[in-house]
Amino acid sequence: MSEIGSSPQDEAPSPLLSLQKVRKSFGDNVVLRDVSLDVAEGECVVLIGSSGSGKSTLLRCINLLERVDDGVIRLDGEDITDPRVDADATRARIGIVFQSYNLFPHLSVLDNVLLAPVRVHGIDREVARADAKLMLERVGLADKANARPDALSGGQQQRVAIARALVNKPLLMLLDEVTSALDPELVGEVLDLLKDLKSEGMTMVLNTHEMGFARRVADTVCFLHGGGIHEQGSPEAVLGSPAQERTRQFLRRLHTDQA
Amino acid sequence: MPDAPAATDDWVPSALERERAAYRLRATRRSVLIAAAATVVALLVVGLAVTSSPGWPAFRETFFNWDKAIASLPAVLAGLWLNIRVLLVCSVAIALISLTIAILRTLRGPVFFPLRALATAYVDIFRGLPLLLLLFLLGFGMPALRLAGLPNSAMFWGGLAITLSYSAYVAEVLRAGIESIHPSQWAAARSLGLSYRQALRYVVLPQAIRRVTPALMNDVVSLQKDSGLVAVLGIVDAIRAAQIETSLDYNYTPYVVAGVLFLILTIPMARFTDWLARRQGQHGGML
Ligand SMILES: Nc1ncnc2c1ncn2[C@@H]1O[C@H](COP(=O)(O)OP(=O)(O)O)[C@@H](O)[C@H]1O
Ligand SMILES: [Mg+2]
Repeated sequence: MSEIGSSPQDEAPSPLLSLQKVRKSFGDNVVLRDVSLDVAEGECVVLIGSSGSGKSTLLRCINLLERVDDGVIRLDGEDITDPRVDADATRARIGIVFQSYNLFPHLSVLDNVLLAPVRVHGIDREVARADAKLMLERVGLADKANARPDALSGGQQQRVAIARALVNKPLLMLLDEVTSALDPELVGEVLDLLKDLKSEGMTMVLNTHEMGFARRVADTVCFLHGGGIHEQGSPEAVLGSPAQERTRQFLRRLHTDQA
Repeated sequence: MPDAPAATDDWVPSALERERAAYRLRATRRSVLIAAAATVVALLVVGLAVTSSPGWPAFRETFFNWDKAIASLPAVLAGLWLNIRVLLVCSVAIALISLTIAILRTLRGPVFFPLRALATAYVDIFRGLPLLLLLFLLGFGMPALRLAGLPNSAMFWGGLAITLSYSAYVAEVLRAGIESIHPSQWAAARSLGLSYRQALRYVVLPQAIRRVTPALMNDVVSLQKDSGLVAVLGIVDAIRAAQIETSLDYNYTPYVVAGVLFLILTIPMARFTDWLARRQGQHGGML
């Protein structure tokens, strides 16, 4: 912390999120071997890669839901992999949305969104309620505030999950295949919401199989393969004319699958 | 938007649907009638068989003597009040102890090994020991030690024995509930910045307890009946009171009185459990 704060790095703005040589394994299964990645403030990084390549694991490591085996993750200059860092406070500064929504089924939609502001940030319930209502309005679900999550469609549930993460006012949003559990006609409503977020300058790291969407929102696309970032660049470069044979293979397979 | 509600229209059931509804109504009525008739007939047959048996007059006199019932009611009720007090006090103590044990048993990581091992040992011991043995050990053993400062009342030690034993059972029910909550719920809660404690308190436990409520209510009803076991320590509960009444004239009606009183306590509890379960499982659909 202190070495970062005192270093005079004024020329290039330091990245909001920086991963250096991150390694993560589950038992003998080395999922992430050596991942290094910088994400600037306001940047949208899209991770692509085959199923099992470690995209979700990488997001869970960034959010400290998994402990890395080695390497450093810095958020806003602070090394969040340092065991002395308050992990709960760090998680509260990073929003994550899961593939399967993971709403709390025993709480109403509004209470799902209210939980963190009231319990983590200690905001007065009435004040937080106004905030949460506003957030639900943003995602187009103001009228569902009192509904139970299981009374909502998948797309609606995912929008609640996004609202629940956003109400924490995170520095960074992580989105783990947020549309892959949705019916095709519901995908659009979630993607539109993400595009709005992006245009408001939210820093995002997401993984998706929607290459069309990746092309539209990504500033950077990273192809995850073999435990590392195999290829990285602009969406035009990585998706349009990939330099690596593995990337080409992956994209070809994706195209034939989706055709 | 795809989530716009369907507009209300002026739908009139078709002839086909009206015919189906009428058929369902007829079918339901017929089933209800057949079931009711069968029940009445069965009850009549059993009733007649019992009341026409040669021993019936003597039996009725010994077990269903109205005057004896009225005479023994105050004593049995006083005994029942003890059962109820044991039930109330023990329930609270059991809830606290079992929740603590269950949470300790679900802690992960080597740091918590000693606590986890202690909790496991607790469950192993107190679930394994017969309650009656525990009652004798504590109820007669502890006062015999004559340790200064320890309470002497049989009531205290009896209640403690019941609490220790039941806490082990209930802890296992709660642990099963906690472990049945999918890890993704923990992940979602922790990702919002909730601490382990907060995630447990606000996300996992509420869902876990809801899921095991029927099993918990089962234990409450069972406790209600087992509360009378303190009688082995010389305390007068409903059944012991009935026994005392009976010994006066060898008329067993007080036992029936005690049985009816227990049913009056437990049946509403059972209906309440059903109602809870139904309220949680409003799934609808055809089945
Ligand atoms: N909690 C876990 N325990 C053990 N192995 C895991 C766990 N989470 C993920 N893995 C393994 O890590 C690998 C990468 O998984 P994941 O990150 O989900 O891939 P992706 O999201 O790219 O499909 C897979 O082989 C998976 O089996
Ligand atoms: Mg994944």
